[in-house]
Amino acid sequence: MTAWLLLLAALLLLSLGGALWRIWRGPDPADRMMAAQLAGTGGVGTVLLLAAASDWRMLDAGLVLALLAAFAAIGFVKAQSADGTGDPEEDEVPLPDDGGAGSATPGGAGSDAR
Amino acid sequence: MTGYAATGFDLVLAALILATAGLAISVRDLFAAVVFFIVYGIFVALAWLRLGAIDVALTEAALGAGLTGVLLIGAVARLARNLVERRPEGSGEGGLLAAPPVSRAASPAARIPAMLGSAGISAVLGWAFLAQPADEGLRGPVAANLASSGVTNPVTAVLLNFRGWDTLLESVVLLAALTGVWALARDEDWGLRPGLRQHARAAGVLATFGRLLPPFGLLLGVYLVWVGASRPGGAFQGGTVLAAVWLLVMMAGLMAPPRVTSPRIRAVLIAGPLLFLAIGLAGALAGTFLALPPAVAKWVILLIESGLTLSIAATLALLVLGPPQSPATPAGHTRDRP
Amino acid sequence: MLADAMTVGFTATGLLFFLAGTAGIIRFPDTLSRLHALTKADNVGLGLLIAGLAFQAPDWQSLGKLALIWVMALIAAGTTAQLVARSAAVRQSRRTPPEAAPQGGREAP
Repeated sequence: MTAWLLLLAALLLLSLGGALWRIWRGPDPADRMMAAQLAGTGGVGTVLLLAAASDWRMLDAGLVLALLAAFAAIGFVKAQSADGTGDPEEDEVPLPDDGGAGSATPGGAGSDAR
Repeated sequence: MTGYAATGFDLVLAALILATAGLAISVRDLFAAVVFFIVYGIFVALAWLRLGAIDVALTEAALGAGLTGVLLIGAVARLARNLVERRPEGSGEGGLLAAPPVSRAASPAARIPAMLGSAGISAVLGWAFLAQPADEGLRGPVAANLASSGVTNPVTAVLLNFRGWDTLLESVVLLAALTGVWALARDEDWGLRPGLRQHARAAGVLATFGRLLPPFGLLLGVYLVWVGASRPGGAFQGGTVLAAVWLLVMMAGLMAPPRVTSPRIRAVLIAGPLLFLAIGLAGALAGTFLALPPAVAKWVILLIESGLTLSIAATLALLVLGPPQSPATPAGHTRDRP
Repeated sequence: MLADAMTVGFTATGLLFFLAGTAGIIRFPDTLSRLHALTKADNVGLGLLIAGLAFQAPDWQSLGKLALIWVMALIAAGTTAQLVARSAAVRQSRRTPPEAAPQGGREAP
């Protein structure tokens, strides 16, 4: 069982190598960020496999990685917004299927913290 | 069979770490370099796990993949915005795509000493590693004295009891880093809140996430500190998770960061190092600086860790937010630009 | 014995989903479709992996932690996918001027 889990972990790592290629190539910054998310999810999977193969106390590391995996992506989407600190959902976006007739955001200002 | 699988895994992991590090420094686009660095942090955390250093892996996962990632992405975005504003016809788009910063090749006068220096350091590290005698290191003495340290996790015992001096200095260093970041503020901005005003669509995905995650995050942070006495965990790991939770709440626009002159946040920031120092001085009065009597060591360590966790959480979150800025100050115009 | 067989089965399927997700992120033609590959395939893969490892868990605490990891990974993945997709769509719409505007608008850099 341990050998099987370690073998799976090695294969999982190899598939994460594909993410590296997308970070190198991805024309859009969103592509690069998504590949980092892939590495994060794959990293959680690898941590869990290692925990089952050697020491179950490593589950805490998996918890921490799963919790914090989203942070870089959130920082990224905020940096991409118009003023650097906003929310992509605050912009009006003409949805492609209705040709601009509908907008993606209902009226209403964002929640501001004073 | 297990031996072959383990060796195979280690080889793949080592190759990935080298590849990611090489790609991070050779890619032209700075944002891609930052993303490679985040992924590198994830792989190095896996390496720590393979080496049996679960406490270090916890910290690496939280800091390298989490907080440092946010910090560096914010830095690259600021750089891009700076470049856009300096151009005569700004494209007005904002965001990282407007002017993706590209690392420029340095002159040979700068490159050659850097190459020689890096090669020299690598050579010295390699020689030091290979020349080490193959013994157990500190494991023996620590195990012998663990019973009198008040905890059963040897890492916590070393950090907070046997070598508490180093941890005290580390907490002060964090505080000094925050002071350095705050020193970048312009004189007229002093007294404002750190960073630009964060906002998000009410009841949108980001705001909802900012409400869903904190309960789990708080639970995990407190759990990591409490459990650090007997299992991998501790004040730094718990503090980093709590810092990330607070940062998320502020980024989702649900809470404003405190003003830098607020006495409450200053009290929280110095609570940890001050408490640690006070306990150390109390020990000095009784004989040895930072000595913890074995009878009360467990509770004293818990007290120190609670203070440290609060201070570390506040310091790290404020470090990521940056110096105080007024909304009229364009991003990136701090002390170095008039 | 049965537990081991279940573990092998579930984890192997989970790995297949991960590989499919990586193939998607490399091969799909456009940013938004690559996001689909990432979110769906990877998280199903993680779920199957966790289901497989649950058969090996030594106690209830570990089982609870595995379930918690699964829930948090789902919440995080859903949030980031939605935000990143919206951010990409917003920038895409900024680059291509809407048909309603006659001309001018913004020039794509």
